[in-house]
Amino acid sequence: MKSSTLRQLAPVSAFYVLVLATPTLLSYDYYYLSILTMAGIIAIIVMGLNLLLGFAGQISLGHAALFGISAYTTAVMTATYGFPLAVGMLSGVGLTAVVALVVGMPVLKLKGYYLAMATLGFGLIVYIFFNEAIALTGGPSGFVGIPQLHFGGFTFDSELSYFFLVWTTVTVVLLISLNLIHSRIGRALMALHASDKAAQSMGINVARYKLFIFVLSAIFAGIAGVLYAHYLSFVAPSSFGFHFSVQLITMVVLGGMASLWGGIAGTVFLTAMPEFLRAYENMEVIIYGLILILCMMYLPQGMAGGVSKLVALVRRRLGRA
Amino acid sequence: MDLGTFLQFLAAGLTVGSTYGLAALGFTIIFNTTGIINFAQGEFVMLGGLLAVVFMHWLDPGLPAAVFLAVLTTTLVGLVMERLTIRPVQHTSVINLIIVTIGVSITIRGLMMLLWGKDTYVLPAFSGTTPIPILGATIAPQSFWILGITLLVLAGMRYFFSRTIFGRAMLACSFEPKAARLMGISVERMVMASFMLSAFVGAVGGAILTPLTMTSYDVGVLLGLKGFAACILGGLGNPFGAAAGGLLLGVLEAFGAGLISSAYKDAIAFVVILAILLWRPSGLFGAPDTERV
Amino acid sequence: MPERSGVDKDVILSCQAVHVRFGGVMALTDVDFDVREGTITALIGPNGAGKTTLLNVVSGMVTSTEGAVHLLGQDMTRSPAWKRAQAGAVRTFQNLEVFTTMNVLENVMTGVHRVVRYGALSALFKTPAFFQGERRCRELAEEKLAFVGLKGDWNLPAGELPYGRQRLLELARALAAQPRILLLDEPAAGLNTAETRTLAGLIRRVRDELGITVAIVEHDMDLIMGVSDAITVLHFGKVIASGTPAEIQKNPEVVAAYLGEEAE
Repeated sequence: MKSSTLRQLAPVSAFYVLVLATPTLLSYDYYYLSILTMAGIIAIIVMGLNLLLGFAGQISLGHAALFGISAYTTAVMTATYGFPLAVGMLSGVGLTAVVALVVGMPVLKLKGYYLAMATLGFGLIVYIFFNEAIALTGGPSGFVGIPQLHFGGFTFDSELSYFFLVWTTVTVVLLISLNLIHSRIGRALMALHASDKAAQSMGINVARYKLFIFVLSAIFAGIAGVLYAHYLSFVAPSSFGFHFSVQLITMVVLGGMASLWGGIAGTVFLTAMPEFLRAYENMEVIIYGLILILCMMYLPQGMAGGVSKLVALVRRRLGRA
Repeated sequence: MDLGTFLQFLAAGLTVGSTYGLAALGFTIIFNTTGIINFAQGEFVMLGGLLAVVFMHWLDPGLPAAVFLAVLTTTLVGLVMERLTIRPVQHTSVINLIIVTIGVSITIRGLMMLLWGKDTYVLPAFSGTTPIPILGATIAPQSFWILGITLLVLAGMRYFFSRTIFGRAMLACSFEPKAARLMGISVERMVMASFMLSAFVGAVGGAILTPLTMTSYDVGVLLGLKGFAACILGGLGNPFGAAAGGLLLGVLEAFGAGLISSAYKDAIAFVVILAILLWRPSGLFGAPDTERV
Repeated sequence: MPERSGVDKDVILSCQAVHVRFGGVMALTDVDFDVREGTITALIGPNGAGKTTLLNVVSGMVTSTEGAVHLLGQDMTRSPAWKRAQAGAVRTFQNLEVFTTMNVLENVMTGVHRVVRYGALSALFKTPAFFQGERRCRELAEEKLAFVGLKGDWNLPAGELPYGRQRLLELARALAAQPRILLLDEPAAGLNTAETRTLAGLIRRVRDELGITVAIVEHDMDLIMGVSDAITVLHFGKVIASGTPAEIQKNPEVVAAYLGEEAE
């Protein structure tokens, strides 16, 4: 038991060391750091979605909206009504969880594409609300003046401090997600994915576990939402639309379904790629599309599967030599 | 509400609903042979309209020929898409193929933006723009074209799936791929045909709607979304349920926009769809889940 | 109908006047089926007699159109499947339903779900309750794997096991749930003669060593006649006989039903 915990802690620690070393490795280039900060925020959502889709087998095209609900809530609470930051952030995450609970209860009875449609519909309704409730959200042009994050006397006003804040959060979320999947709850989730009937006949309350993981993934999206709002100090509806939901699913699948590590890799890859394609101007979108097609065609298990195949190949080569 | 207003809304709804219905039909055809939802379906609809405009400017062959060329080209795009991106990776999971179609849709959209920019284009109406007054409503002639052509396509599909050997073979593939293979039906050919067919119906839907709504490289996103909603609403796998779902969705939007709020018209439509799904988890005309234990 | 279940304290499962209609077809008509605690009770019948349907009604996968199901002293006619399992009625499946993506040990540890509990927060933050629970979980799972005699690599994905071993795995998983009544749906389907003989021994040991009542739906007559204490025969959705194996073998109606099937 202890050794399995160790086997899990070691890679997470190594990962965190990498996080700590990254700014030095990038020689404190704030442009690259800002890209990675954004990728980290998105990776938090993707990990939640990975638990939901990769482990429990339930799709959601509404996570961009959940992310947005949290971001707008903390924005409105802190900037419009002047509540303290902690209150704003807690209400952002809290409201997201409550919305997920209320929406999830009826909607998670649906399966497959029907569930995709229902969550998509939810996402679009929220998106339209962000656009039209101008008095509250500022409408299509966005919401400005969200205060910067500070705790005690420390203000997260530098690119570097926010990078550490975000990626520390990523590490914590990764750790508790790994804990979850190696527990009776994780097994129950994988069981209901593999066979709904068999899971029920083991006494697993399938509906409750689906709801649990949906709400937990919403909480992750909520955490990402508050980090996002206070990072950019500006939010606009266009960040929380259908496109972003599809992109999140793409990150999960490209990274490797049911691999939390793969999800992080997929997120960083798909977030950073457009930045590097900027040089190609008009060709940018086309190249992005083509890379996506090729990756999915030739990495059927995603990036995580590709890496483990590579490791196996290298081992075989070394073994032969 | 007087009869004239009612008819006005109904006509507007059925007009745009026809295109949703044709897009939904396209989704259904590919779903039935492959089990995947083709995210590039909206791009087929966009290509139908945008290419018609392009051919008009380029070759000026007259409107009917331009539309014909656009539909033909889009059908070929469907063929190429299947050949290059679907056939080589048959033994992968459904979700992977769906992401591949997302990639295709991004690529097609990027290509169109590169070639024709972000401008909005118009296509002339098929027979003038003088509105026709009917029972207090005034209806654009193009609406009649749209409804007529949609019904024609639906009738053609019905004939194809129930009367022709090829169409029946396609249906057989969707019900029992293994049995179909044993019967000597080439599933690969059916998948290819399904991509061409759904590109065809999508392109027709796009080409006939463009004179009313104009077009640009990115109209496929929303049209594809609505088409997907329509085919879920109708019940996934049922081609005529999908078409009916499209018409219903169009009408919902038109009345929502006219009677309640045009800003929230999409929201209203999706609230109704959600309500319908909670009431009927397999859509309006879908077969209920009859899984064997 | 509480008076009927009240009479026999040792009746652990009682189906009373169960009717099931699928569309226009009557799958089960007025079926009574009792299982006494500590017995191995079999449900047999020709193909399409409604055996699996009755098992589905008992386990909650199908809701009966009419009639009542009393399980473990409670009226569970309308209870969802997971509640019946929680109460202690655990089943296996005719078409194997092992969790193919999980490894062998994890499959059986999932069976322990209802036995060893700790909360979500314990799981997320690895509290001492988590470590205790997991240790207990693993012990119970290993114990059941040893009980059914499934040797080999328990870290292998369950989907990679050969068919016969997947059957054993499913049995181990069901036993890990520590049921009071175990419902077996054609456990010998797809097994060879030697494997079936091993299975018969196992089923007896489940009753004798673990003290678990067994209700079994099966085709294999040798297996049934060898292990059962009581048998109920279904034909076209109706009960045509109940009794001891000896009584059933002599029952002319049963013989006719089976001969009729062979004549087809």
